[in-house]
Amino acid sequence: MDDRITEKLKILADAAKYDVSCSSSGGKRKNENKGLGNAEGMGICHSYTEDGRCVSLLKILLTNHCIFDCAYCVTRKSNDIKRAAFTMQEVVDLTINFYRRNYIEGLFLSSGIFSNADYTMERLVRIAKKLRQEEKFNGYIHLKTIPGASEELIKEAGLYADRLSVNIELPSEKSLIALAPEKNYSEILLPMNNIKQQLVQAKEEKKLFKSAPAFAPAGQSTQLIVGASAENDQQILQLSSQLYKDYSLKRVYYSGYVPVSSDSRLPIITEPPIIRENRIYQADWLMRFYGFDVKEILDDSNPHLDLDIDPKLSWALRNRHVFPVELNTADYEMVLRVPGIGVKSAKKIVSARRFASLNYEHLRQMGVVLKRAKYFITCQQKSLQPYDFDSQRIRNKILFGDGAVRSPLLTQQLDLFRQVG
Amino acid sequence: MHLYTYEGTFEGLLTVVFEAYERKAWPTAIEQEQVAQPGIFGTTIAVVTDEEKAQRVWKGLQHRLSATARKQLYYTYLWEQPGFELIIFNYIKLAFGTSENIEGNFTAPCVLQVQQAAKQLHREKHRMEAFVRFQKTTNELYYAHIEPDFNVLPVIIEHFTKRYADQRWAIYDTRRRYGAYYDLHSTTFVTLDAAPCKGMGVLPESAITQQEKTYQQLWQVYFDHVNIVERKNPKLHLRHVPKRYWKYLSEKQPRLQA
Ligand code: SF4
Repeated sequence: MDDRITEKLKILADAAKYDVSCSSSGGKRKNENKGLGNAEGMGICHSYTEDGRCVSLLKILLTNHCIFDCAYCVTRKSNDIKRAAFTMQEVVDLTINFYRRNYIEGLFLSSGIFSNADYTMERLVRIAKKLRQEEKFNGYIHLKTIPGASEELIKEAGLYADRLSVNIELPSEKSLIALAPEKNYSEILLPMNNIKQQLVQAKEEKKLFKSAPAFAPAGQSTQLIVGASAENDQQILQLSSQLYKDYSLKRVYYSGYVPVSSDSRLPIITEPPIIRENRIYQADWLMRFYGFDVKEILDDSNPHLDLDIDPKLSWALRNRHVFPVELNTADYEMVLRVPGIGVKSAKKIVSARRFASLNYEHLRQMGVVLKRAKYFITCQQKSLQPYDFDSQRIRNKILFGDGAVRSPLLTQQLDLFRQVG
Repeated sequence: MHLYTYEGTFEGLLTVVFEAYERKAWPTAIEQEQVAQPGIFGTTIAVVTDEEKAQRVWKGLQHRLSATARKQLYYTYLWEQPGFELIIFNYIKLAFGTSENIEGNFTAPCVLQVQQAAKQLHREKHRMEAFVRFQKTTNELYYAHIEPDFNVLPVIIEHFTKRYADQRWAIYDTRRRYGAYYDLHSTTFVTLDAAPCKGMGVLPESAITQQEKTYQQLWQVYFDHVNIVERKNPKLHLRHVPKRYWKYLSEKQPRLQA
């Protein structure tokens, strides 16, 4: 091992880091062959980058040579950067040796397109196969599918990978044409649909024969870039909602556009839109875990998420008629909709109230945070708020009043990254 | 006023429960015999661990509590913070005192305390599973030492045994002076024979191979290059990786030269 590997690792980790997915959860691979590793259940973050993101997988490109010229991408053909390529064995060795030392949960492998899509995809598949068959590796493998790769290769990839992803990147066809001229929507959605079919089929076969081969047991995901093109939050979230429903995606990741490119096709920005990205994640969370429909979160008259407050609070302020909620009697679904009450607190409340009628002291002891919730609840018909404030007053009080510094933005963002997975 | 003492094991603690019921004398304090200070008031009852009595208490709990709740009790024991014995006792007493399932009764202080202790232990367990960094020694052993806030070694070995089935490994708790060793067949607890000294359980430089250093260095390189400078957020970083854990992490050590 020498400087050459070090140099390659620098270049190819650098080029891969803008893909924000780092989840290693949802795997079902057990270590049954006395081999190396297992990828059951929850993923583990083995470290965190200095920007606070989870480091769970060795995330690299096989090569950053690319025949395409997508405006938003560091790897694009017209960009003047150093290029490098790993050999297949180098990727295998790095993965195994990092894994044995407990640095990582597995490998996330992607690549620029060299020669053509199938040639590239085939190499990714061969690396995964080698890891599984020669190294008896049961850790997590996430493969990115290369746009335009054949159905057969994607099918084979699913046999070795725990997760497959097809990145949409741009949230509308119009932007795609402008910024990634060699790509088109149907070429992206087709493999996504294929993967979905395979997932359904594999599940059904599993029911019939226990020994049927698993297909990408941790499902498929995609990524959308936020802020490189003109779509508003409503368009982005509608697209995600559709992807969750129609393509049964496990996750949609959002990547606030980091200005890596001075390409004239792109808007001029100096900082990545981190807060906006954070709000979109929160809205995504509301759709997946809190029973919200995208239409409740945003509509034509409110097409943008409020950057100052979280989307649940924002919804509650627009829907004062359903509050206050009496915590001793309300349905779980409604408790969950109270701003400031998360899934854990809601479950505790519903569980504890079977034993005693809850008062505010109980809530405090259970660790339920009332700072935001207090405007929207009663406990034993009592309210902590003597006055009936209007929505604007509540908003101001939460943002500025009662000793509230404007740190909720930051803290929420922190919480969010904790939950990624 | 009843002070119960026991010799520190979980079975010992369960025996205390048995004895307290037997005597109908509820403890005001339960302490390990090495550290117990007999009070001026009340009686001290020194309990000798009895497997059978402990078993009977545990069996009783199996009827009253879910596996999760029993695990939480054991976690509270490993949590080792002042007063944990009495918390466990109160919880068991609550469970035995009613035919209802008490696990969700967050209006009772001991239920909340057990839940919080178990949560803290679980978090430390999770952190150790994440932050342990094995170093490969010249005799092909993957070795790591830890100094966890709570006694998590008994509950992390299952994870490592499953994961590293094809390599010999050992993890040593330098604070509690014992370790776990996996020999390709099973994992056992071990202690070092030597007299306790500073740096005991830490791998000497001479035991580390050149290849090991190379991989540590590559990991540092990787860590530096996945970072997105434009998004730097030190506060968030520190919240995820509090400084006291840095000592485990090769990526947080001075950069190695190839
Ligand atoms: S095809 Fe992929 S790697 Fe190549 S320029 Fe486009 S986004 Fe970048």
